[in-house]
Amino acid sequence: MNVETVLFIFVGAVALVAAIAMVVTRNMVHSALFMVVVFLATAVLYLIYQAPLIAMLQITVYAGGIMVLFLFVIMLIGAEKMSHVENLRWQRPLAFGLAAALLIVTVYLASLELRTPAPVEVGPDFGSPEAIGQVLFSQYVLPFEVISILLLVAMVGAVVLTRKEKTR
Amino acid sequence: MIPLAYPILLSALLFTTGVVGVLIRRNAIMMFMCVELMLNAANILFVAFARAFGQLDGQVFVFFSITVAAAEVAVGLALIVTIFRTRHSIEVDDLCELQR
Repeated sequence: MNVETVLFIFVGAVALVAAIAMVVTRNMVHSALFMVVVFLATAVLYLIYQAPLIAMLQITVYAGGIMVLFLFVIMLIGAEKMSHVENLRWQRPLAFGLAAALLIVTVYLASLELRTPAPVEVGPDFGSPEAIGQVLFSQYVLPFEVISILLLVAMVGAVVLTRKEKTR
Repeated sequence: MIPLAYPILLSALLFTTGVVGVLIRRNAIMMFMCVELMLNAANILFVAFARAFGQLDGQVFVFFSITVAAAEVAVGLALIVTIFRTRHSIEVDDLCELQR
């Protein structure tokens, strides 16, 4: 077992524990902070897999932008103080049963066809901004443009949705 | 070189955690965060396979996935804020009527 694998197991365990803590914590602000831990651990995993650009994007967009947006909305509507009333008692065990079934089926199906390919040697510039940019602006230039339109539509949509209604 | 089974197992576990969260939490923001967790689990697998096959396409796909997640969060949180303004609650159990 080499250093990479040990590091992967350690960081993966951190991500998993933080994810479980995020789901079970009552306080939503704490949940959001656990989510930041998950995103940071994932960024480290990306670094282990030689994806430095994606790791930096993960930190700036996910841990920086998206989670700040979540925290902002949680505090804006005061959701961290909302009381929780469980209406459907039978729902929780059923949820755990279904999730366990999903996990078993997923791992089983993945293990059926799993053949680890021969280790591929990649250069030191694998996953660098230059390499990603080369692929992004040659092979994937159309999806890139479509994504820009999607972001514009999302921005306009968010502004329109949260606008105060004047005439009612 | 990390065996491919490890990221698959980690991704499956994180995805299942997200599914459990969506199923047991009744708060719209919490359900939304769990959806983000599921997206994250899928992204880990993309990057792991990109490295295993020495192809950059997986990383480019994660780039797109992160962008779409950002757009999704912007619109989703706007919807949640709007729902909270009209119903004064974001518990999904309270949102069971088609009209007020």
